[in-house]
Amino acid sequence: MDEATPIIELSRISRSFPRSRGNDLLVLEDVDLTLRQDEIVGLLGRSGSGKSTLLRIIAGLIEPSSGSAKCRGERIDGPPKGVSLVFQSFALFPWLTVLENVELGMEALGVAKPERRKRSLAAIDLIGLDGFESAYPKELSGGMRQRVGFARALVVHPDLLLMDEPFSALDVLTAETLRTDLIDLWMDRKLPIRAILMVTHNIEEAVLLCDRILVFSSNPGRVAAEIKVNLPHPRNRLHPAFRKLVDSIYARMTQREAPRPARADALATNGVGLKLDHISTNVLSGLIEAVAGEPYHGQADLPALAGALQLEADEMFHIAESLQMLRFAELKEGDLELLDAGKRFAQMETDARKRLFGEHLLRHVPLAGLIRRVLDERPSHTAPAARFRNELEDYMSESYAEETLDTVISWGRYGELFAYDEQAEMFSLDNPV
Amino acid sequence: MNFYSFRPASLDRDHPLNVWDILAALLILGLLAAFALGARNAGASLDQLQRSPITLDPLALPEYAARTTLRMFAAMTISFAFTLVYATIAAKNRRAELILIPLLDILQSVPILGFLTFTVVFFMQLFPGRVLGAECAAVFAIFTSQAWNMTFSLYQSLKTVPGDLREATRSFRLSPLQTFWTLELPFAAPGLVWNAMISMSGGWFFIVAAEAITVGDTTITLPGIGSYVALAIQQQDLGAIGYAIVAMLLVIFLYDQLLFRPIVAWADKFRIDQTAASLPPSSWVLDLFRRTRGLRLLVTPIASLVRACAIIRLPWRKPSRPHTGVVRTRSGDAIFAASIGLFALASLYALYRSFGEGLSLEDVSLAFRLALVTLIRVIVLIVLASLIWVPIGVWIGLRPRMATLVQPIAQFLAAFPANIAFPAAVYLIVSHQGDPDIWLSPLIILGTQWYILFNVIAGTLALPGDLKDAATSLQLSGWTWWRRIIIPGILPHYVTGAITASGGSWNASIVAEVASWGDTRLTANGLGAYIAQATESGDYARVMLGIAMMSAFVVVFNRLVWRPLYDRAARHAVTG
Repeated sequence: MDEATPIIELSRISRSFPRSRGNDLLVLEDVDLTLRQDEIVGLLGRSGSGKSTLLRIIAGLIEPSSGSAKCRGERIDGPPKGVSLVFQSFALFPWLTVLENVELGMEALGVAKPERRKRSLAAIDLIGLDGFESAYPKELSGGMRQRVGFARALVVHPDLLLMDEPFSALDVLTAETLRTDLIDLWMDRKLPIRAILMVTHNIEEAVLLCDRILVFSSNPGRVAAEIKVNLPHPRNRLHPAFRKLVDSIYARMTQREAPRPARADALATNGVGLKLDHISTNVLSGLIEAVAGEPYHGQADLPALAGALQLEADEMFHIAESLQMLRFAELKEGDLELLDAGKRFAQMETDARKRLFGEHLLRHVPLAGLIRRVLDERPSHTAPAARFRNELEDYMSESYAEETLDTVISWGRYGELFAYDEQAEMFSLDNPV
Repeated sequence: MNFYSFRPASLDRDHPLNVWDILAALLILGLLAAFALGARNAGASLDQLQRSPITLDPLALPEYAARTTLRMFAAMTISFAFTLVYATIAAKNRRAELILIPLLDILQSVPILGFLTFTVVFFMQLFPGRVLGAECAAVFAIFTSQAWNMTFSLYQSLKTVPGDLREATRSFRLSPLQTFWTLELPFAAPGLVWNAMISMSGGWFFIVAAEAITVGDTTITLPGIGSYVALAIQQQDLGAIGYAIVAMLLVIFLYDQLLFRPIVAWADKFRIDQTAASLPPSSWVLDLFRRTRGLRLLVTPIASLVRACAIIRLPWRKPSRPHTGVVRTRSGDAIFAASIGLFALASLYALYRSFGEGLSLEDVSLAFRLALVTLIRVIVLIVLASLIWVPIGVWIGLRPRMATLVQPIAQFLAAFPANIAFPAAVYLIVSHQGDPDIWLSPLIILGTQWYILFNVIAGTLALPGDLKDAATSLQLSGWTWWRRIIIPGILPHYVTGAITASGGSWNASIVAEVASWGDTRLTANGLGAYIAQATESGDYARVMLGIAMMSAFVVVFNRLVWRPLYDRAARHAVTG
């Protein structure tokens, strides 16, 4: 094998998915990526940035719509040899024991049984699963299950290990243990692999593990920045250089991006096509209160706030951006700063809060304004949800449209802008008296 | 506790009656017509059949029971083969799916006992003068009662294989065949096994009807429990009926304990969600196998053989990746739809030529009116059965310990072919001179009412304990408790049970609306009696009409009443 050939070479990869109505949905646009030996690369981005799609293109599970994808110089056409995948959900076969799960990949390749057994036991040993060989996945904790996932991926001795948010389904302590074990094995060169590519939305995780981080922007997904991490392993989360890097990535990811051509049509309709994240009004109120109170007094550093509230960076972004959209707060270089309305909101009683929230919703969320306007104009003061769903689907995928609609319904109910009958799927103006 | 709730597959699809359903219906009627046309010319050869004399000697029963059971398993094997092929094609080929699934839905609704007429004669003609023809016909009849729900179950499983596991098999470069054995079939196993068990239960009912059948002036009698019962009815021998019932109970008990329970318990390991707060099903036979070294040695070679099959790698297949960005070839679709349409038209024409000319509008309107009578009968009985079994089921479901005891009994009763017990009922009606229009009616629900009980128990058990506690703490009681907690809580389960019961009742009406005891013959008004009488007189045109009418009623009733009701119930359900 030629050592100089990059393991993975992607150039100008784009991917769109067909939709039932209208145009295709573009999730990845013009992505270039080169992955060489002995590096751990992280794909960091918000949900919807297409990073998992990119991982699946490399894994040979999805075809790119355009661009070229090569593994060891050969075009990727189906799952390439020497590439293994670790799943967020573990993807273990519940009817196979730990040993059988680990052996599966080699069985498929037709490796003889004694050899299979030997290598499986070695992988199980390496990954710390000794004694669990005959257990079924349901008997194991989440952490142990993901170890099986690792053993199963490593046993075929891949050149490249792909990991799709491998720690995000685990609790904090377990995830940290697994990360440390993985990086120790990697540093000691005990892993039979040459490179790792991981998808994550956890900024600290990316900084902790990766040599290089590609930050993705969303809608459509593109590489917004490439960050080299030159800190020596083992990395200390509390080290000032580590914190500084995390802060700078936070700042970069919260930057308000200039309107892009792909979304121009959405803005042309006065923003009705903006996607809303389904954040409960309780969470929104909770964050406003948290930022208004001790020790932040109206302005909080996002990474610190996320840490204190035990929120994932991704969740934090969604909540903070919702507050920004509603003009209760503003994001500035990795800080969340309450605006006047936000400060007043924090001091109010329930009914006043609901009124203020309703006003802001009407003024700053175009979809809510549209629904209210339609309801006011129609003599019956009712409107089917399908009317708005169809309009939303012109701008976003069906699942995003559904989420956006759900969000506006629950926010609208809280702000008492309109009522909604879930069975009939109808908006109306009547409130139960 | 493991109360599965049986869920008719037709509920899982949400499409309104569409053009594919109509095409499917036409194709099926066309196929039946082909059977019938073949049958028409075959009358003569039937006389050559050797009649094996049946005796009412109880000592002959073990042999009869064994023969009947053998037919059951032959049919089950065929059903499995059919299921594997049909469901796989339907799940993997988009175009085939368009027509195969509506076909299946209609086939489920066609009264199987109506089939008998055509298939018996058809198979007799295939093997003129030989018992093999009649055997094939009987096996085929059971097959038609078993296959559809198994096929639906596998199809549904294939369509819902978890995406991450599918990706895992693909990234490990498993071939399609390897994927089928290591992922798809294991994933489908629990549902398939459960449906096979339900099918088996249903099969007993039809084999009893299929062993002794009269078409025109020919009576075919195959040695078996069904023929034994038929003879007992003819000779008015109540004692022999009793023996048959005991023999049947024994057979069902044995196959349940020795075969199905172990398989169900074994298949439980293939269940994906381990969340259900239920004890896994257990079987003493399976435990015996697992714990006894000798028995295990017996099974191991088979198991390794199966596993070896599972990983065979066909050299010429390269692991491929599905074309996610399929360009739908519209012209291909059009050609496909056109050829299906052409077949359907040909069916329609053949139907008209063969039967249409012998029938008048009056016949159609008569069949329609009789179908309405049977419909009313079915509805009234479902309501009555619900009034009885819902409270009992809830009462049992609230007492898990009791439910453990009742479950095997209810399953057992559901498997028991109710038609063996019909003569006893007829005897009572005759001796008390009851009105057959009223008193024959309960017979149509005798065998299927258990599904209501099953499902109500399962639904009550599945209610979260928190909800029951909350209701108690809010001091809800009496009607409020029923109306606010229990009924909405169990509704999806109940509807599921009721739809199964009602489907079975339509079918049973063919044997239940006409019943004999010796020379006494009781006939109720209804479509079932209409089909039964047309069968006996060899009037194929009216049999076709009756079957078509009944299928139409079942399909339309399912679509217009049951499915919307189910959707409504499921929308707010806490448990599926």
